[in-house]
Amino acid sequence: MNPEQILQYILSGVTMGSVYAVTAIGFNIVYNTTGIINFAQGEFLMLGGMTAVTLAAFLPLPLAIACAVALTAGIGGLIDLVIIRRLKNPSVLMMIIVTIGLSILIRETALHVWDAKVRSLPFFTGSEVSSINILGAYISPQVLWVLGACAVIVTGLTVFFRSTTTGRSMRACSSDRMAASLCGIDVKSMVTLSFILSAAIGALAGCVISPITQTQYDSGTSLAIKGFTVAILGGLGNSMGAVAGGIIIGLLEAFSISILPLAYMDAMAIGIMILILFFRPSGLFARKGEAALKEH
Amino acid sequence: MFILCVAVGTAFAGCKKGSGDTVKIGAIFAVTGGASYLGSPEARTAQMLVDEINDKGGINGKQVELVIKDSEGNPEKAISFAKQLIEEEKVFAIIGPSTSGETMKIKSLCEESKMLLISCAAAEIIVNPVAKYVFKTPQKDSHVARMIFETMKKKGIAKIGIISDNTGFGAAGKEQLEKIAPEYGVAVLISEVYNMKATDLTGVLAKLKGQNVQAVINWSIVPAQAIVAKNMKQIKFEVPLFQSHGFGNLKYAEEAGKAGDGIIFPVGRLLVADQLPDTNKQKVLLQKFKKDYESRFKEDVSAFGGYAYDALVLLFEGMKKAGVNDREKVRDAIEQLRDIPGTSGVFSLSPQDHNGLGMNSLVILTVKDGKFVPYEKLD
Repeated sequence: MNPEQILQYILSGVTMGSVYAVTAIGFNIVYNTTGIINFAQGEFLMLGGMTAVTLAAFLPLPLAIACAVALTAGIGGLIDLVIIRRLKNPSVLMMIIVTIGLSILIRETALHVWDAKVRSLPFFTGSEVSSINILGAYISPQVLWVLGACAVIVTGLTVFFRSTTTGRSMRACSSDRMAASLCGIDVKSMVTLSFILSAAIGALAGCVISPITQTQYDSGTSLAIKGFTVAILGGLGNSMGAVAGGIIIGLLEAFSISILPLAYMDAMAIGIMILILFFRPSGLFARKGEAALKEH
Repeated sequence: MFILCVAVGTAFAGCKKGSGDTVKIGAIFAVTGGASYLGSPEARTAQMLVDEINDKGGINGKQVELVIKDSEGNPEKAISFAKQLIEEEKVFAIIGPSTSGETMKIKSLCEESKMLLISCAAAEIIVNPVAKYVFKTPQKDSHVARMIFETMKKKGIAKIGIISDNTGFGAAGKEQLEKIAPEYGVAVLISEVYNMKATDLTGVLAKLKGQNVQAVINWSIVPAQAIVAKNMKQIKFEVPLFQSHGFGNLKYAEEAGKAGDGIIFPVGRLLVADQLPDTNKQKVLLQKFKKDYESRFKEDVSAFGGYAYDALVLLFEGMKKAGVNDREKVRDAIEQLRDIPGTSGVFSLSPQDHNGLGMNSLVILTVKDGKFVPYEKLD
């Protein structure tokens, strides 16, 4: 391997890693408020991408993306109001089954609303053939958009969860629902808000990655699997961890290609997830106390 | 008692009359699901053709009834639909399924039930070895591979890399490419298989680039066909990109955008129907199909609908010759068909060849400004 090739693998790893990271962040928001994993998170990305592509036909790109984010956020809120809120004493297992069911429902609805064709938004800057030369290796300008979006989302969320009353209330709901409601926090609204927020961020992520990954009615599932792995690796609920985890997985995958047949690439992510669950279930970057799936 | 006899007799007569006026044809297509880009145009085309033949008075005076089942590309569903069509619907023949995996699953079932099957799937294993009751209409993968290597030879390409997806289509293509390459003096330096859902292939393309190959062959279905093209341009991997006949839909060239320019691939003549010389045997039929399809369904015609078109053409030709009562005779008649123009080529079948298309059924096209144009002069 020459240095240029090594650099190319690094850049390709960072590209995929940043896509995984923005997916993982969505998982973290719902987890941070409710302690549950929303397996329909991948579908929010797909919905955002698909809606934006449809709207972009008659709206300027930034406006189309804004509308797509707002619409998907609305759907996220509705899902909580109509379904999640009505479940009586939901257990973790029940929530997992419900969200998996939801993801199938959204996927099939998307198939009927749109069709099975692959779509993608235009590249935000440049086009599908433009690339930036970094010391002899090349990267698509869209990757910089994904990394930028990642940075803005992570910073925004960190500030939101640490420094605003609403953010703190959401975290309180996650640590102890009963105590939070005794303190006068409207737990139900917080959960709704977390679904709206995670759907909005998922939709935004879906729009930003769409030129690279393309969008199809069933593209949410595979994104969700990688995103979930990354969220576990970085420590559930930890957005910075998600970014680091995403880039670690992306790099490992990229370098695994150089030595192993490509077919093993997906096994890498699953293998890492199993190792993490065995040896450090709290993730690489989380303190032990915060970890372990929360029971309600 | 007498009244009862009469009643039963009339009922039977009525029954006989009903089934005597129509002949049922079964169709199994992946109308929805991941392979719907194949099955949806196939189902539309089949229905269009059946309507047309019924308007003209049917075949030998009998109306054709088309029973379409949506397998969603799922081999298990294809099996149960095939059983249903054979046992309950008692169809005369089956066309489809859309994918090679599904066809291979029902091949032996049709063979055992002596049911005529005309598949719209690509893999060569469907008709090689020959099964008595099984035919297929798309060009063989081995012919596609040979066309690619012939073009490479003319361009002086001797070292290549192959990438293919992990579907049945990708695996069958990879096998043919690796087997045939030595015959043309082409060395395959590297051959990689990727997940059909892959969203970024720059990593594997960097690996190919490191091997200094002179060209890349990608054998896959959507969406990877467009991703490969984009990623190659992004990492400045500037060697020719060849794709399979699975690229035969203008939408894929649109998806690849500017990155699609210069892609080379073999396919039937349907996509360049208007550019054919008037002496071409297929031209009239291709132009009619293209016009009919596009005016009725408001979408671009693709090679896939053509596969269903050809399946019905072969079946109808056989039925016109041998009638609609005896499946065995129709099978024999189809096996004897010669010089029948279809969308994928001019069919000449035989007991040894249940595909009936030669290398000349394919032409090499390339993409220029988002359009398909001939790579060489057409004939």
